[in-house]
Amino acid sequence: MAKNPDQRDLFPGALEIMLLQSLRHRPMHGYALAKHIKQVSNDLLQVEEGSLYPALQRMLREGWLESETGVSAKGRPTRIYRITEAGTRHLEKEVVSFERMFAGITRVLAVAKA
Amino acid sequence: MRLFSRLFSRNRRYNDISVSVQEHIAERADELVDEGMPRITAEQQARREFGNVALVEQQSREAWQWPAVDSVVADLRFALRRLRNAPGFAVTVLLTLAVGIGASTAVFSVVNSVLLKPLPYPDSGQLVSLHLDAPGAGGLANFWSGLQLSTSMYITFDDHNKSFSSMGVWNADKANVTGLAQPEEVEVADISAGVLETLEVPAAEGRWFTSADQQPNGVKSVILSYGYWQRRFGGDRSVIGRTIQVDSLSRQIVGVMPRGFRIVDKDFDLLVPIAPDRDHQILAGFGGDGIARLKKGVSISQANADIARLIPKWMDSWSNGPGTNPHYYEVWRITPNLRPLKQMVIGNISSVLWVVMSTVGLVMLIACTNVANLLLVRAESRHQELAIRSALGAGRARIARELLLESVLLGMLGGLLSVGVAYGGLRLLIAIGPANLPRLNEISLDATSLAFTFVLAVVSGLLFGSIPALRYARGAASAVIGNADRTASTSRPRQRTRNILVVAQVAMALVLLVSALLMIRTFAALRNVEPGFADVEHIETMSLSIPDMLVTNPKAVAQMQNEILDKLAAIPGVASASYGEAVPMDQNDPNWDTISVEGKIYDGGEGPLRLFDYVAPGYFHSLGTRVIAGRDFTWDDLNNVRPSIIVSENFARQNWGTASAAIGKRIKKYSGSPWQLVVGVVEDVRVHGVDQDAPPIIYWPAMFYDRFNGLLAMGGLRTVTYVIHSNRAGTQSLLEQMQKAVWSVSPQLPLASVQTMQQIYDHSMARTSFTLVMLAIAGSMAFALSLIGIYGVISYSVSRRTREIGIRLALGAQKNMLRWMFVRSALALTATGAIIGLVAAVGLMRLMKSLLFGISPLDPFTFIAVPLILGAAAALASYLPARRAASIDPVIALRTD
Repeated sequence: MAKNPDQRDLFPGALEIMLLQSLRHRPMHGYALAKHIKQVSNDLLQVEEGSLYPALQRMLREGWLESETGVSAKGRPTRIYRITEAGTRHLEKEVVSFERMFAGITRVLAVAKA
Repeated sequence: MRLFSRLFSRNRRYNDISVSVQEHIAERADELVDEGMPRITAEQQARREFGNVALVEQQSREAWQWPAVDSVVADLRFALRRLRNAPGFAVTVLLTLAVGIGASTAVFSVVNSVLLKPLPYPDSGQLVSLHLDAPGAGGLANFWSGLQLSTSMYITFDDHNKSFSSMGVWNADKANVTGLAQPEEVEVADISAGVLETLEVPAAEGRWFTSADQQPNGVKSVILSYGYWQRRFGGDRSVIGRTIQVDSLSRQIVGVMPRGFRIVDKDFDLLVPIAPDRDHQILAGFGGDGIARLKKGVSISQANADIARLIPKWMDSWSNGPGTNPHYYEVWRITPNLRPLKQMVIGNISSVLWVVMSTVGLVMLIACTNVANLLLVRAESRHQELAIRSALGAGRARIARELLLESVLLGMLGGLLSVGVAYGGLRLLIAIGPANLPRLNEISLDATSLAFTFVLAVVSGLLFGSIPALRYARGAASAVIGNADRTASTSRPRQRTRNILVVAQVAMALVLLVSALLMIRTFAALRNVEPGFADVEHIETMSLSIPDMLVTNPKAVAQMQNEILDKLAAIPGVASASYGEAVPMDQNDPNWDTISVEGKIYDGGEGPLRLFDYVAPGYFHSLGTRVIAGRDFTWDDLNNVRPSIIVSENFARQNWGTASAAIGKRIKKYSGSPWQLVVGVVEDVRVHGVDQDAPPIIYWPAMFYDRFNGLLAMGGLRTVTYVIHSNRAGTQSLLEQMQKAVWSVSPQLPLASVQTMQQIYDHSMARTSFTLVMLAIAGSMAFALSLIGIYGVISYSVSRRTREIGIRLALGAQKNMLRWMFVRSALALTATGAIIGLVAAVGLMRLMKSLLFGISPLDPFTFIAVPLILGAAAALASYLPARRAASIDPVIALRTD
């Protein structure tokens, strides 16, 4: 798929946070997740399928997610992903550390501008 | 657990991934259709947007995988598939490995059980044998490889030592048990107080002996072995407290020892307390094996010093009777030389076992070189494939890993098969092994042996696999893709590797063949030795013991033995019969005592110790021992107790120069005993085995006066071995008639150790014949394997050089020159291997010296014959492929690619 030149690669852990946060909102299947992130970010972020599915499996393995059999909006069989308690804890921890990092970056950038 | 459930849930996970991905694409396609795109285009578009489905699924699956293991599993599958496609190769390699590893495991099990494992007693490292050196005591100390302890010595050491937490003496004995079923002669260990305490193995039922059991006038007790308890009492627990008749004496059963318990190296039926009378002991009577448990922190040398201090004390505390010199034993120079008990149990078998182990190890190495050669050829045929893979980016490590994995897989499969071979081999080893192999009952295929098999399988797999792996992993990167055979006959480095392997093989085979031939020559030399008796297969022997309690009077004992002898001699088909206290090679030395020759002066007053036997008239005739000078005893000599005596030829020559000069001369035991007149001289008998020099022997009449056998009364022999010369020796019918004859005199007497002289003779050769059989098997395996190796290499080089041969033939090469070219290269390899092998053999054969008899470890015949045989065989093995080379049709050869 053609990449939007305005988009850039995510830094490590960012995809996980966004997925967890989206699933905290409500359980979703893979396609819905990709679409959700694209919409919420106003098309600024696009999750590549090549990263999405391996990431979901890694998170299942870590126990942050659960999967269950379900159907899509169109009635096709698929797997619905749901955040677990461990996932929620991980998310909160990561969000705190991200915010600290953003704050740091913002400050450094502000000083550089001045 | 988690790993397992993960493995089981894997397939479900993989399925989930596919479902999700399929749905993703389908939903995107639906969306595009909704936007107005035709369905076919929409589906293509959705797929393109998604990217590589297989890759995404693979990457998603990897979350659940351990990539290294999974790719190894894939390699293994591949290797297995390739083996299935080459059944001839697989079967050859696996069989070679199964036999090699199996034989090694079997021998290792024996070595491990006999030599390596600790003795089956608690803290067995603390146990020592109270070995005493006594260089001045002649054969009394030599033959038993040490002087045994007298009861007075045991008492002195036990009372005063500071080194042992406990000690005791024991000796092997036999006893008649009557009153149960048929009278039976059983194996007995007579043990003093301290023996069970030293070995520290608790009784399985009942208890050990207490000090009350060791009182000379106390209750008579007995302990059963587990085997005897099962055999005679069916394992009945109420047996404790019952009494049995042992040598016609009632003894109460106080305990049963657990299964597998032995006194040092002795499998016994009964344990009987020695119960020594402390008030009536003399210095002499050296008949007990001493064992002790060292106190913690006491070393063997400290204990030696401790006991050395007690030897003068022993001589000061006891005597041999009025008028004797208690310090006479200073002449013997008794010195303690304590040894770990294990060493005493193992005895001299360790050299045999190590030789057999290294032999089998060499065969294993030869087998590995053969397998390596096969693998090299196989890798050669994959040359192109490997080159292509390497060109496509497979690293050296990746290719080496695959090749090694294949060889380790072969090793493991071979190892698996080898367990069966090892099991069979072990049974065979135990069956053909020397019957006196120590710790025979402890030998088993245990966890250690299986671990050994596993390690050997992996190591050999790595060993023979590393050669092709190194060659190909290195060569692959630079290899030319294309048919190398068009330009070169064969790549030189690879042929060189195979040649080196063959040279190594020939060298190892030569070492084995030399050792096997040395053993064959030893065996032949032993067979040629005149043992001092003849016609062994027609001599039946049988032991008989008349206990004190059955017949008290020594004279009546003699009468009873003679009566039995008359009945035995009257059996139809018996040419002659007699008895003696011992027969040659029965591992029984009836007595050792001093002998003085009239007219000679000896240091210390008494003559040197000599081996005694006590024989009835006709004993020499029945055994086929020649009378060299004078005559045999007569019944007249015995009945009238004439002071007559017979000596062996070497004794006569030592003392009087010739055999005939001995007749009429006189000898005696001690200063006070009566002179005995030498009436005969008989040929030397190798009583301690064919490989041991014949000791000088003094033959006493079976009935005689002895100052120390109580009063001046005629002594009869309580325990004798009958010698029956008959064509029917060894038959069941003769045995039955012998039994009838004995029981017609006394129904209380069991027959013991019924065997022909042939069996006794074979038994004494057991160690040599065992080593011979093992080396012969190993040698012929090595021989066959290295011939296969030579054949394989020449044959392969012929097949690789078909084109070259075709060109040579087309250019007019002579066929016999072509044949010679191949045979010559095989002979060059063999000669190189043989020279290396000869050098190694010169060094190694010295280690075998103790197993050889009558030949030098550098026997010239062997060292010339073996290389010649190998050379001839190699020529033959290479001639077959060489002939094929010469019969190649040049037209066909040039057409093949």
